[in-house]
Amino acid sequence: MVAHARADHPDEACGLIAGPEGTGAPERHIPMTNAARSTTFYEFDSEEWKREYDRMWDNDEEVVVAYHSHTHTEAYPSRSDAGIASQLGLPGAHYVLVTTKDPETAEVRSFRIAEGVITEEPIEVTGAPEAVQSYKFAHTPDSTVYDCH
Amino acid sequence: MSIEVRIPTILRPHTKNEKVVTGEGETVGELFTDLDTRHTGLKARVVTEEGALHRFVNVYINDEDVRFIGGLEAKLSDGDSVTILPAVAGGM
Repeated sequence: MVAHARADHPDEACGLIAGPEGTGAPERHIPMTNAARSTTFYEFDSEEWKREYDRMWDNDEEVVVAYHSHTHTEAYPSRSDAGIASQLGLPGAHYVLVTTKDPETAEVRSFRIAEGVITEEPIEVTGAPEAVQSYKFAHTPDSTVYDCH
Repeated sequence: MSIEVRIPTILRPHTKNEKVVTGEGETVGELFTDLDTRHTGLKARVVTEEGALHRFVNVYINDEDVRFIGGLEAKLSDGDSVTILPAVAGGM
């Protein structure tokens, strides 16, 4: 997710991690095209989203993570992020935000968004220990933030 | 004429948690009116009071986004599959 966000910077990047239905396990990373190609807005490309949704449907998968990047602000859902997700969103998904505002350190945070309420949740890195060696851990009172160098 | 409609998770409370329902109509607009008779409240989540598609919902006939083929006036044929999806979007 961070690599995708860096690659698309200064535009916002967006994508999904799919997993087997009902497991909550994030297993398949699906980088999506930001149809808005904007530094301040993102929207899944409609045709690509349909193709990927069909593939998940055929695989009995669901969206476990829906992520996007902020390129100039912190990794926290904006008013439009929360508004759109509440109106018609992905109720089971973890909404993950990546910020690329700092060229050295990317911050990654995870949220649930429902009915206009944003609830931060901790991220726990499991497996692949070598993959997290370059992550710096910082703890806030109710969340764990991973700063990736 | 029977049209299969794939329902996204967020709208399944309207369909007693069914992932797929069937409906009838010559157009997408008629289909939603028909679905609403059995799945109360579904239409209002997709169609505005003014009678247009909500900005952040995608509706497809087979693989085509109906916005590009007439919106709610888009014509349906027997055996078509309709998919409703949230338009995943947001901004800074």
